[in-house]
Amino acid sequence: MYDSGKVITGLAIFVAIICFPLWYNVINGAERIPIPLMPKDQKKCVAPSDYMRKSHMVLLNDWRDEVVRTGEREFQVIDGKKYEKSLQNGCMNCHQSREKFCTSCHTYAAVTPYCWDCHVEPKEMN
Amino acid sequence: MDVKRRKFLKIAGLSAVAGVAAPSAFNMLLKGDAVASSGGGHAEKTENTGHAAKAEPKGIQYGLVIDVKKITHTKGLAEKCIDACHTEHNVPDFGNPKDEIKWLWVDDYEHSFPEHSHHQKNDALHEMQFMLLCNHCEKPSCVRACPTKATFKNKDGIVMMDYHRCIGCRFCMAACPYGARSFNWRNPREQYANGNFKFYKKPLNPEFPTRMRGVVEKCNFCAKRLSKGMMPSCVEACGNTGAMVFGDINDPKSEISKVLRENYTIQRKPASGTYPSVFYII
Repeated sequence: MYDSGKVITGLAIFVAIICFPLWYNVINGAERIPIPLMPKDQKKCVAPSDYMRKSHMVLLNDWRDEVVRTGEREFQVIDGKKYEKSLQNGCMNCHQSREKFCTSCHTYAAVTPYCWDCHVEPKEMN
Repeated sequence: MDVKRRKFLKIAGLSAVAGVAAPSAFNMLLKGDAVASSGGGHAEKTENTGHAAKAEPKGIQYGLVIDVKKITHTKGLAEKCIDACHTEHNVPDFGNPKDEIKWLWVDDYEHSFPEHSHHQKNDALHEMQFMLLCNHCEKPSCVRACPTKATFKNKDGIVMMDYHRCIGCRFCMAACPYGARSFNWRNPREQYANGNFKFYKKPLNPEFPTRMRGVVEKCNFCAKRLSKGMMPSCVEACGNTGAMVFGDINDPKSEISKVLRENYTIQRKPASGTYPSVFYII
């Protein structure tokens, strides 16, 4: 093999550059997955936490359709507590902080939903 | 058997005719009075397209009767109603007519009822305050015009807006004969960063969301309050004056039906054929 030294060195540099995002994160200490702040006084949510973690946006979208389009506004959980199908009047009753509950994860996942362009967060209510 | 080309075509043609005609002939025989029933259908159709005739109402259709004299003669009542509505729904006030958002507003006779021609108008009409709002028409042209179904008619006959779906094309505004829809040219919460809601007269009502730039908005007959068994906020603001009566106009026993039967009422632009659900006693 001719010029094996040069070729192997070149390959090594190439691989190093391609893997830049990986080692950059290792060196800088990558951001850990944020843990959203859960309400202290509440144990149960309207659905299991696993479902809420993965599909809260699906649930919110379904709620929107049910409330706005079919007028079904009440949501009941097993232990008899009634929850309003509403982001600002339902969810945010327990999850008081938008910053620590919503934004921390959304920033990490680089998604920017525009819920708060219209909906009023608890901070603004006070 | 030796089938010639000419003979084959004859048989094929006959079978095709028989195949097409047989089912319809069979249906006619089954029905018996096929001719009579189609004739009846035709007569019914022409009756429905008549100018005054209206199809039999079905389901709930919420409506509002506004007693214009009571509104005008009770000082500050109109302003009170508007304030109640706009506070309830976080309707912004941009302070200029170009960007104006209105759910409930006041106008004079000429602008409210342009189709009513008069040679010399009654003096009393000049000072009348006509409260205008979305008419929640029985046949809303805005709903037909909306390409995304963001505006729709709900089961209570209320013409609703789903602000999540509105793309701001403003077809509905062009379609509405009453100018009852407003477009958010500006972000009503522009000043949010400074914590200064200068576009809202009062602190935000946490019960109801605001809107964002680029959506159309309008009166929703307080659908959220109705679901809780409350009256719309403008009707509530009128209190015991009886200036506004709200209810199901399809229910002959409701209070609004009684008021409609006992008073002469007018609707805005009846010729547009949308059957408005807001009535005025003048």
